Amino acid sequence: MTSPVLTIDNLVVSLGRNPDGLRIIDGVSLDVQERETLCLVGESGSGKSVTALTVMGLLQKNALMPIAGSITLVGEELLTASDRRLRQLRATRMAMIFQEPMTALNPVAPVGRQIDEVLRTHTDLDARARRKRILDMMEQVRLPQVERIFASYPHRLSGGQRQRIMIAMGLVLEPKLLIADEPTTALDVTTQKQILTLIRDLQRDHGTAVLFITHDMGVVAEIADRVAVMRNGRLVETGPLQSILRTPAMEYTRNLLSSVPSLVPRAPRVDTTEPVVLETTGLGKIYRERSFLGKAREVAAADDVTLTLRKGRTLGIVGESGSGKSTVARCIVRLIDPTSGGIRLVGREISNLSRGLLQPHRKRIQIVFQDPYRSLNPRVTIGESIAEGPINYGMPRADALAKARELLELVDLPPDAISRYPHQFSGGQRQRIAIARALALDPDVLVADEAVSALDVSVQAQVLELFAEIQNRLGIALLFITHDLRVAAQICDDVAVMQHGRIVEQGPAAQVLTHPQQVYTRTLLDAAPGRGWDFANFRPVAAAV
Amino acid sequence: MAIETLPEPSIAIAAPPRPRLGFLTSTPIIATATVCLVAIAVMSISAPWIAPHDPLQLLPAQRLKPASEQFLLGTDAYGRDVLSRVIYGGRISLLIGFGATLVSISIGLIIGLFSGFFRLLDAVLMRIMDGIMAIPAILLAIAVVSLSGASVATVLIAITIPEIPRVARLVRSVVLSAREEPYVEAAIAAGSALPKIMWRHLLPNTVAPLIVQGTNFCAGAILTEAILSFLGAGISPEIPTWGNIMAEGRAYFLIKPSLIFWPGLLLSIAILSVNLIGDAARDALDPRMKQREAK
Repeated sequence: MTSPVLTIDNLVVSLGRNPDGLRIIDGVSLDVQERETLCLVGESGSGKSVTALTVMGLLQKNALMPIAGSITLVGEELLTASDRRLRQLRATRMAMIFQEPMTALNPVAPVGRQIDEVLRTHTDLDARARRKRILDMMEQVRLPQVERIFASYPHRLSGGQRQRIMIAMGLVLEPKLLIADEPTTALDVTTQKQILTLIRDLQRDHGTAVLFITHDMGVVAEIADRVAVMRNGRLVETGPLQSILRTPAMEYTRNLLSSVPSLVPRAPRVDTTEPVVLETTGLGKIYRERSFLGKAREVAAADDVTLTLRKGRTLGIVGESGSGKSTVARCIVRLIDPTSGGIRLVGREISNLSRGLLQPHRKRIQIVFQDPYRSLNPRVTIGESIAEGPINYGMPRADALAKARELLELVDLPPDAISRYPHQFSGGQRQRIAIARALALDPDVLVADEAVSALDVSVQAQVLELFAEIQNRLGIALLFITHDLRVAAQICDDVAVMQHGRIVEQGPAAQVLTHPQQVYTRTLLDAAPGRGWDFANFRPVAAAV
Repeated sequence: MAIETLPEPSIAIAAPPRPRLGFLTSTPIIATATVCLVAIAVMSISAPWIAPHDPLQLLPAQRLKPASEQFLLGTDAYGRDVLSRVIYGGRISLLIGFGATLVSISIGLIIGLFSGFFRLLDAVLMRIMDGIMAIPAILLAIAVVSLSGASVATVLIAITIPEIPRVARLVRSVVLSAREEPYVEAAIAAGSALPKIMWRHLLPNTVAPLIVQGTNFCAGAILTEAILSFLGAGISPEIPTWGNIMAEGRAYFLIKPSLIFWPGLLLSIAILSVNLIGDAARDALDPRMKQREAK
């Protein structure tokens, strides 16, 4: 039995100094052993990040206060430690890596120097020894051409490389504890897989204890030894990975797991002979960038994209960031003008129509965006937002507002929401409002651009269900843009996989996602975290077949 | 896949910044500034009723008299009542301050909205704005006044022109970032006409920065008018403005300092008040500033 590296005992963190204030963390007890990865999972607002920040002593002073409990790191109490002592401990005993490595690194200093700063502050090594140790560490995190990267600025590196730098910086002094706060959430799946493997390998070599914070059950299945589930600042349950995934004791954990969409595509629907509502042929979008003196540089964000979507069907476009899937969506809705190719919407070519001529066709295609916090005007009431479209097309105001009420009911929100403002709603509710707004014009095609990506899994599952229900009821065609293969597997009839602006593979979801023909599709599927686990049925996928 | 509804975590989001007037009395200092500004404005507006004498009436027999019961602040070099002139002077100074602010914001807002939305227009409009900004404001004002003769209207225009590019740029930058917001794109997709998008989705975003810029410029405009009058390039000397009174009083500074002291004091109080209210408005409208204070 090894001794715990980190022990959190009955921690309480409250808002402000007042002991009766709102408790953000309410009685959390955890421990992390040497060479062990404890995954802290929970939905947004569950208090997982606050727990990590409390351990690091990085809470906002006077805003959040630990008022009870204790945190011990290798036998040393942290809550009562002085700022000076905490500063020492932060590099030598514990380290933290964050979600967005670009903002965690200083943009105006070479990354090598930033790691060097850690060594200069905490060791007596001379410049030569420090450099040797940094290059060695950079090799351990498997960065290529370490000499070149040592002198590079953060913006020169890719997201994955920046996260490797953060890991190198965290581990260079061989801390006993590494806290990783959603370290792969901002990365593409293929990069995510590499980083997860890297963290596991380094942990094996150095014996580090890892507290891994994530909302993604797939990642948990990949990396965790033990799992702690949090909700509303309380610990729901803790246990070894297998028992949490197979036999969760608590209702909340069961719900959380069964909300995770399965990678196994849903049963295919019978092919329809309904009319084609949306068709693109050889659609292309080229961005030209002209530097001050240099020649124009051309980037093909979308190239020769040909898609067909029938009434009542769902077509998914999947791909990693920068693959051009959003560009295609925005071209189709004509928020940007395509450079080449055609878009036929309900039998009418719209790719070359001017703004004015486009007006009557706009209502046939509507879009739902990713970020629920920015897709509604904060200064306009919900009712006005939804009614805006119908009023534009000549519906009297009173009728449009009545329609807004109906639509709110359709998306399971109380009709009296029409007189309220967006900030009074949660993210999932706002996304429902955005869907109601898109439906207000009775479109033939609804484009969902990463519409469920910003939502917690349980909310995501509800919104996906809403999309399916709306499609059943209204016979609308859905163009679903997503980076998440799980989501695509659950909602799409057909899937198009995009890479570098081109479609690499296209076909029925069941075929593309289970028997991919292209190497890239296979890579994507392999990288999907937790692909071996069927979360909703509490068993490995293999057993299900 | 039936899911029991999990309560969604409600995330508290600060209400969108709305111009509220509560900040005017938020601290004792701001409250004092508000009271001072209102008092000066009331005094100026009611000048014809409260001024003891005609500010233009010359009394050669009463030149440079010290304060007395008849002339509470004494008389100037032409025997005019200083108190009456200072009271009347506030009218022009405040008129120019608030007038120039209103005009420059209205014109700058329109230019900024258009250049933020139309790329072709933007290239042309912004080069013109750059051109105006390249000329020092006082120099431009003096040139305009000397070309078209000194009157309240020309001084107002002369002070307004150099400010327009600053407002236009501010509005343009707000519009440029706001038009990328998904809610603006959703409005485009919903077929909203351009004027509607501008009025409903873009314009409200400019309110907070404009209030800040406006109060700042208001104080600056009062000061610029005083400088122009002081330099002799402003409104003709017999019309009392705070700047004019001080410019004339300069020659008699050693014999009669009150000629500069009283208009100078009111000018300082007015400008300080406007600036303080402007700062308070900025803090009240910018939620990030509030957070910083809380830390």
